[in-house]
Amino acid sequence: MKVLLMGNPNVGKSVVFSRLTGVRVITSNYPGTTVNYTRGYMKIGGEQAEVIDVPGTYTLEPTCEAEEVALRMLESGDIVINVVNATNLERNLYLTLQLLERKLPVIVALNMWDDTKHLGISLDVEKLSALLGVPVVPTVATTGEGIKKLVEHLSNAASPGMATRSRNERWAAVGNIIDQVQRVSHRHHTWRERLADATVRPFSGGIIALAVLASSFIIVRFIAESLIGYVFNPLFDNLWMPVLTWLSDILGGGGFLHDILIGKLIDGNIDFVQSFGLLSSGLYVPLAMVLPYIISFYIILGLLEDTGYLPRLAVLMDTIMHRVGLHGYAIIPTLLGFGCNVPAVMSTRILESKRERFIAATLISIAIPCAALQAMIFGLVGERGWQYVAIVYGTLFAVWIILGLILRRLVKGFTPELLIEIPPYRLPPWRATLQKLWMRTYGFLKEAVPIILGAIVVINILYSLGVFEAIANFTAPVVTGIFGLPREAVTAIIIGFLRKDVALGMLAPLALSNGQLVVGSVVLAMFFPCIATFVILLKELGVVNMLKSAGIMVASALIVGGLLNLVL
Amino acid sequence: MTIKNLKDLRAGEIGKILQIDGGHGMVNRLAALDIRPGKKIKKINSSFMRGPVTIEVNRTHVAIGFGMANRILVEVEDKTP
Repeated sequence: MKVLLMGNPNVGKSVVFSRLTGVRVITSNYPGTTVNYTRGYMKIGGEQAEVIDVPGTYTLEPTCEAEEVALRMLESGDIVINVVNATNLERNLYLTLQLLERKLPVIVALNMWDDTKHLGISLDVEKLSALLGVPVVPTVATTGEGIKKLVEHLSNAASPGMATRSRNERWAAVGNIIDQVQRVSHRHHTWRERLADATVRPFSGGIIALAVLASSFIIVRFIAESLIGYVFNPLFDNLWMPVLTWLSDILGGGGFLHDILIGKLIDGNIDFVQSFGLLSSGLYVPLAMVLPYIISFYIILGLLEDTGYLPRLAVLMDTIMHRVGLHGYAIIPTLLGFGCNVPAVMSTRILESKRERFIAATLISIAIPCAALQAMIFGLVGERGWQYVAIVYGTLFAVWIILGLILRRLVKGFTPELLIEIPPYRLPPWRATLQKLWMRTYGFLKEAVPIILGAIVVINILYSLGVFEAIANFTAPVVTGIFGLPREAVTAIIIGFLRKDVALGMLAPLALSNGQLVVGSVVLAMFFPCIATFVILLKELGVVNMLKSAGIMVASALIVGGLLNLVL
Repeated sequence: MTIKNLKDLRAGEIGKILQIDGGHGMVNRLAALDIRPGKKIKKINSSFMRGPVTIEVNRTHVAIGFGMANRILVEVEDKTP
């Protein structure tokens, strides 16, 4: 049996979902689309049923890809739990009436029931149930109230077979029902609403946004560094290192197999970052360097989403984003990029048009430095003085804007206008927030780790075949001529394809001038995405657009690096 | 009684949507959020520099892109003393 959870966006559908289902939750892409959905399992009367969290939809007359998917899923379901926001019944009932015009049994979960009281709304649940002809159960998914009753009443779900109406008739019917079941009394503004107003006003909103973003970065860094320092590093140093040392001895400290598995020994020892073997760097880099940042980034992002701040940020950023051919929601992938470009490019799926996805993915991989690279920029360039760090970031920001302005004119297609509901502020529903954190982290491990492992094998083979030497000779004139960097920097830039932070580290012993270091950092950030991002770009954009995007990267890195070299 | 573009409404002004001057797609997207002719709305605020306009409709806030807001005509309610 298939149970579909359907409702408008922001009604707590995912929270109801996490209450109904157990731990076995799977997110997947709906075939042939970029729409993600989640499914899990629940027991109904001893029988296992599949529960599907259908993408939020306002109407069954689809207005976007997600709504089209919702409509198609509806055709394969056996029973619909229509999750309705009790504080905004009027708009939610439109979808309910559309559902009731179909032949599927429906049950209504009147969610956010607790909020109706503070808002001065009183609803006659029995009358509503009688008018709709289906069971209506008040629920508070965040606390679990009413969920048990909802499950008990699943078998009573009914299909009243309402006559099909036109849009205006349906809205008239909604108005009619509202008049009979809802009473609203006046009340004062709550502090949450005052805060809500302040955060979307351009001036106060802008200041609050800066404060929120700045503290988010500090917290992300703090959580990630703590995870690295107290959890992952001790694990690798104390448990994994002895195993690898033992294995290295068995393999005789060198040779082809040793190079692939363990990598090169650095001063006779295994170095997790530089050895570059499958079992050394191949595990350490994604698990102990990137994963902690991914986890902490998703904790903060999840909180920003579930408290309702993100849509407000999207509204504030819409003005700027429109200048670069995107709309406000593209701020989410962009922010993610500061953590790791891989999930950032993956999350460009939330953007509606192909054009937006292309622009967003390209801008992210060129101008948004990931957390690992940023750490190295702060460490290495910061040593020379903060003004140089400012030049690096200023240049990247300028590139983001200028390139965006250009792409907006060049890339064909359209960018739909912003139209989003701004939900009220809420305390995050912990269960659903944690479930989401787990699904995202797992998604990263599943998508990125195999790629990184594969890349290490390939690179090691190419390295031993001398391919890098050839590339280095070939590109040396560009690096020395245009960027004004010493010839030794070529290897670093090529390694940048694998790990940008490691590459920046390789510039450290070259005794570069301040200007050269700035050029090197900017070029490394822009030149090419790391291998993991590269593969994800390929997956998300397709071969042709990926090549276009890569061409833009190389061209802009050459221009910007060359200009910086002239100026500094 | 005055008729204005949604973008020209001042924050706090209340009015009734008179006409939505757009293609089928735009009218549908707005209707899905219950923004359609005859609805009473309240302007919450607009961002500067052609940013989106936030309105309240049925106790929810909705942000509407500048271009769309420019094509929604609103009959502004006169202030009653």
